[in-house]
Amino acid sequence: METGHEIRDAIARKERSAEEVVKKSLAALDSVEPTLKAYITILPERALAKARDVDARIARGEPVGQLAGVPIAIKDLFCLKGEITTCGSKILANFRPPYSATVVERIESADAVIVGKTNMDEFAMGSSCENSAFFPTRNPWDLEAVPGGSSGGSAATVGSHAVAMALGTDTGGSIREPASFCNIVGVKPTYGRVSRYGMIAFASSLDQAGPMTADVRDGAILLEAIAGHDPMDSTSVDVPVPRYSEQLQSDLKGLRVGIVREFEESISGDAKIASLYKDAYKDLVSLGARLVDVSLPHAKYGLATYYLIAPAECSSNLARYDGVRYGVRVDGDSDVFAMFERTRAAGFGAEVKRRIILGTYALCSGYYDAYYVRAQKVRTLMKKDFDDAFAACDVIACPAVSCPPFELGAKTQDPVAMYLMDYFTIPMSLAGIPAMSVPAGYVNDLPMGLQLCAPVFEEGRMLGVAHAYEQATKHAWKRQPLVGAGA
Amino acid sequence: MTYEPVIGLEVHVELSTQSKMFCGCRNEFGAPPNTHTCPVCLGMPGSLPVINARAVEYLCKAGLALGCTVAPFSKFDRKNYFYPDMPKNYQISQYDMPLTTGGGVELQSGKFVRLNRIHLEEDTGKNVHAGGHMTQSDATLIDYNRAGVPLMEVVSEPDLSSPQEAEEYLAGLKAVLSFIGVSDVKMHEGSLRCDANVSIRPAGSETLGTKTEIKNMNSFKSVVTALEHEIERQRECMRSGERIVQETRGWDEERGLTYSMRSKEQAHDYRYFPDPDLVPLSLDKTVLDRWQAQLPELPAKRRKRFIETYGLPPYDAGVLTDTREDADYFEAVAAASGDPKQASNWLMSEVRKSLEVKGMTLSTTPMKPEQLGELILMVKKGEITGKAAKEVCNVMVENGGDPKAIVAERGLAQVSDASVIAAIVDKVIAAQPDSVSAYRGGKAKALDFLVGQIMRESRGKANIDVVKGLLKERLG
Repeated sequence: METGHEIRDAIARKERSAEEVVKKSLAALDSVEPTLKAYITILPERALAKARDVDARIARGEPVGQLAGVPIAIKDLFCLKGEITTCGSKILANFRPPYSATVVERIESADAVIVGKTNMDEFAMGSSCENSAFFPTRNPWDLEAVPGGSSGGSAATVGSHAVAMALGTDTGGSIREPASFCNIVGVKPTYGRVSRYGMIAFASSLDQAGPMTADVRDGAILLEAIAGHDPMDSTSVDVPVPRYSEQLQSDLKGLRVGIVREFEESISGDAKIASLYKDAYKDLVSLGARLVDVSLPHAKYGLATYYLIAPAECSSNLARYDGVRYGVRVDGDSDVFAMFERTRAAGFGAEVKRRIILGTYALCSGYYDAYYVRAQKVRTLMKKDFDDAFAACDVIACPAVSCPPFELGAKTQDPVAMYLMDYFTIPMSLAGIPAMSVPAGYVNDLPMGLQLCAPVFEEGRMLGVAHAYEQATKHAWKRQPLVGAGA
Repeated sequence: MTYEPVIGLEVHVELSTQSKMFCGCRNEFGAPPNTHTCPVCLGMPGSLPVINARAVEYLCKAGLALGCTVAPFSKFDRKNYFYPDMPKNYQISQYDMPLTTGGGVELQSGKFVRLNRIHLEEDTGKNVHAGGHMTQSDATLIDYNRAGVPLMEVVSEPDLSSPQEAEEYLAGLKAVLSFIGVSDVKMHEGSLRCDANVSIRPAGSETLGTKTEIKNMNSFKSVVTALEHEIERQRECMRSGERIVQETRGWDEERGLTYSMRSKEQAHDYRYFPDPDLVPLSLDKTVLDRWQAQLPELPAKRRKRFIETYGLPPYDAGVLTDTREDADYFEAVAAASGDPKQASNWLMSEVRKSLEVKGMTLSTTPMKPEQLGELILMVKKGEITGKAAKEVCNVMVENGGDPKAIVAERGLAQVSDASVIAAIVDKVIAAQPDSVSAYRGGKAKALDFLVGQIMRESRGKANIDVVKGLLKERLG
């Protein structure tokens, strides 16, 4: 498996050319994509043009960005100027934004080479990529299994080793859960750490863009490139971006790792899974850490809280898709409101409609106080749980997902069964704290991830711990995916 | 049983900021359609709002000028409904924590009309129905230049007791906003829009009756006429035992009536919730103090000063403080001429007439206040007659220019030289023997006729006092 930083360093030393590297990725995609279907749009000409430009500038001795020549995939939720951006939905099947998302502009300035737009659950609503309006993506570790969601395509393409880096988004677990399922690193930054401008909105108070990468160091350098205040996003915070790549540790002496009582109870039923995580915590201790028992008493309300707040916000965020100014429109007789109804009925999938209706209901007068306001109050209590826990520990370690990747179709009949995939990831989203998944081993030959989280703006600390754990265990290096470069 | 009206007004004011409320697009009336738009005000996917600080400042200054309490903590909420002129299908507005509460407008009669609140929101785009009216067209075009323009909503308490008071309130509010310079407040351009809530109740009662909301009144005059009509309609309902329905009614200017637009059954649930894309506003006392200090002299105070210092009658003071430009203009003319009374007279009569005919205002005329002041001095010194001065004034209103130069060009200088006038007087006396005898016989009117003849002969340039003096001398 090739990491992004290895590629970048080789290009910088002129041992390889950016063109040769991107051609290798594109060839991998040619071979893997018919099976995996991780991409909605592949952009070979664009990628080659950028790679050649990077090579030319290196040849002329000009300075290049900190990701120069590294191929990267971006979730089709990020606007890329001039290219089709669907957000996994039919309603945007023909949408070409006249602007790029801020994070996309930043990775382009850093000279990364965008190879394509990856598949996702429609409007980021889902945990398996099966809600994509176009097609499902498969898991490179088990072709009958889901890659997770909503950033399923990004996870699958990195998991198949076709590219080392991808951008995803996480609202309730949409980076961490697929990262766990595809045996890669996935980071959800602190809310406000990364700009949301140009990132198609699902739930405004929860959405965050983040790295999905081959290893922790890649996650650190990609996060450095995209993080930072953006005047176009009022919710992005003006806090300096540390050099995360310089905070990667090799030992954890003195580190207090919180183990969440309630989470450990919930996985205690499955012996293999419980054992995998016990081993992970033991590995942290071998590196010098000390385990501390912590409690998140309100975490059990996470799903109920999330599935009121997120749909409420999305019911409003998705109102703009009406066929008037952009995207698909279903014409016909009678008035404009009938046109809105026809367009949205045809353009949105079932899960999106479900959440819009749920969210509209939660905001209705007569229900607003009982549902939306109450959920926001519980959210504050959950944030307080983490504040209290972090008084006793430096990072928290727990499972990313309750199970290894499940079979395609296994949970599509029961929305709530699907929602449960976010059980361990939702509380961190609601609290706004940074959280990530790093490969922690295999159960029945399928990958599972260790989730780490830290107090707000302590991504450096969190990445540091993840790096030490990764380098000591190297779980992702121990096996090869079924499809992918070198498989 | 007499029924008295109870009126409250909701006035929307477009703030005259450079850019829109939540994006950097230019805030400009009358530009070609869809030339001031961007992903944010078009509600494109992934776009996000950013608050225009100047709009907040303008609203707070309006609030401070009107004696309102500025909220220490305020936020924006989303008002959700579908309509093609609203790109996001929600409007960013303020629901339960408006920027200001309280305050009020003092009418010229002295009555104080309380305000309930003032809040900030974004304007919608404009629907242009091909063919002129929604019911007659088969296509609607949407111009999004106006979408996102900062809008201030001023809500009064139902303290107004008549359509006339409503007009006074609008004039008073417009004057304050014009004085502090936060809006063009032009109803015909849409920078000032008014909806009314009207109900009636038995005279002397304290409880409120069922109210209707009246929309689509496009001028101060329409507001008065529409309110008069609606009040009468409601009175008629009471007389005939018909129930007054709580609803929104549109004013039809052509037909002179209000018509039902929505009934209560279709009332919207806007599902307000705090906008998660924006952070709340917390205004520091030092900032508010600074804005308070930056406020200019307000209309009521300036009116009082014009009455007390310049000795102007209240009506004149009122007209001259209609806008800040008018008030500034008057004071400049008063200073240049040294005669506030004359300055007032000229502005209220000749200048006003001339401006109206030419479709101009004091802000658009090239005539400078110093030039008018100079003209007034020339009349006082007898350099020109009043009549000639009117002609010069007319020229200046249209083209500006130095009054002395205009008088010279047109040969309008008043002749006061007695020897020159004496020649004309003698000429006329010689030509009008009948009038001369009539005057000498006791007919005073004959003198006026002779004066008139002399003035005509001199083409209005003779100094009338000198004429009269010489005539009386000659005729004995």
